[in-house]
Amino acid sequence: MSSYQQIVRDGMWSNNVAFVQLLGLCPLLAVTNTVVNAIGLGLATTLTLVSTNIIVSMIRNVVRPEIRIPVFVLIIASVVTAIELAMNAWFHELYKILGIFIPLIVTNCSIIARAEAFASRNTVGHSLIDGLFMGLGFTSVLILLGAMREGLGFGTLLSQAHLMFGEGARSLTIVMFEDYKGFLLAILPPGAFLGLGLLIALKNIIDKRMAASKPISIPVTATETPV
Amino acid sequence: MTENNKSMYILRNMTISAMLLGLFAISGTAIVAYTFDKTKQRIAENERAMIVKSLHALIAPEEHDNDLYADYIQVKNEPLLGSEDMVNVYRARMKDEPVAAILNSVAPDGYSGNIYLLVAIRYDGSLAGVRVVKHRETPGLGDGIDIERSNWILGFNGKSLDNPPADKWRVKRDSGVFDQLTGATITPRAVVKAVKNTLNFYTSNKDMLFNTPAIHMEEQP
Repeated sequence: MSSYQQIVRDGMWSNNVAFVQLLGLCPLLAVTNTVVNAIGLGLATTLTLVSTNIIVSMIRNVVRPEIRIPVFVLIIASVVTAIELAMNAWFHELYKILGIFIPLIVTNCSIIARAEAFASRNTVGHSLIDGLFMGLGFTSVLILLGAMREGLGFGTLLSQAHLMFGEGARSLTIVMFEDYKGFLLAILPPGAFLGLGLLIALKNIIDKRMAASKPISIPVTATETPV
Repeated sequence: MTENNKSMYILRNMTISAMLLGLFAISGTAIVAYTFDKTKQRIAENERAMIVKSLHALIAPEEHDNDLYADYIQVKNEPLLGSEDMVNVYRARMKDEPVAAILNSVAPDGYSGNIYLLVAIRYDGSLAGVRVVKHRETPGLGDGIDIERSNWILGFNGKSLDNPPADKWRVKRDSGVFDQLTGATITPRAVVKAVKNTLNFYTSNKDMLFNTPAIHMEEQP
């Protein structure tokens, strides 16, 4: 049984959805052109992961192995549809911008991977924490990539923050360079691939440094191969 | 006998699995149905508020006294309005006198597909304003047509079919009067053409546009 600390470390770093498992890259690459989009999709994905992990874990002793995959798909599809409707009702403008990527959370492999590899074998409490930190790990990569691309591409950070946090948040926008001409590559899809590649490289360098500085203390993480 | 028992066992297992699956399908549908029911009204209000807000950006609330959202008709004219689907036309009136029409026309030849426009035309045929509702033009270049990115679209304010004259309804590169955007000529060219076509459509159908009775909205529960 994983300890909570281990789950948190897995989700945020050593088994990060975007950096290590490389799952859910389609929305990751598509919506990270601004920080606000990244936060919106990240939180929606996290909410989905938490809800589906809890439900899957609660029913893990009822569902028979031969029908588990269709049941997981049903649960994920229902939860995502409910979240989509809720976002449409309460974050209407953001919903319009994220558009197709909200319903597409259904196809984010990381969600069914967590249901199958973790939630169906662990207690509700562990599954909740796993869903939360897998989601936050994904969200933080989205935000990091969003900040890189928005900063380079438009020279701003958190532009259109009012779509997410209400009218009072207009002032949250940070203009980093006045009269910035913009760097198109960062906003277009290739910028997403380059940015993610650089971030993964950076993570690998950090991992290597850490392994070199204290070779004994880090135990080998239990590998969880997603289906 | 054992053979029979075995098939009974399989059948029983299959039935349980099928029932479980059915149960989950029903609960899943119930969750979605419940959420839909709870959010339906709010979503409809959001849609309405979005449309009214975008219409009010063109025709100020004090310029009309009718319900813009309810007073609309649908027309179709692919060569001039750019869409093979029905196009919404909202009418603004003051004391039952026509003030302006707002057409939801389309520029079909943008750099990356359709550019959806709101073109507000005053009763006298001059433009009250134009806005881009939806587009997929290149960020940083063509997206300057969007009011969030630049003021280019305000250049249409007050223009009409004879101001500038018909052969000047072009971007500057094509010896017209409208600016092009740096690094993007195709996008503004498409918008200028669509606005001109919309004005042409308005001029030849003016009476029909204002006199056709509005499509009655379904009664809200």
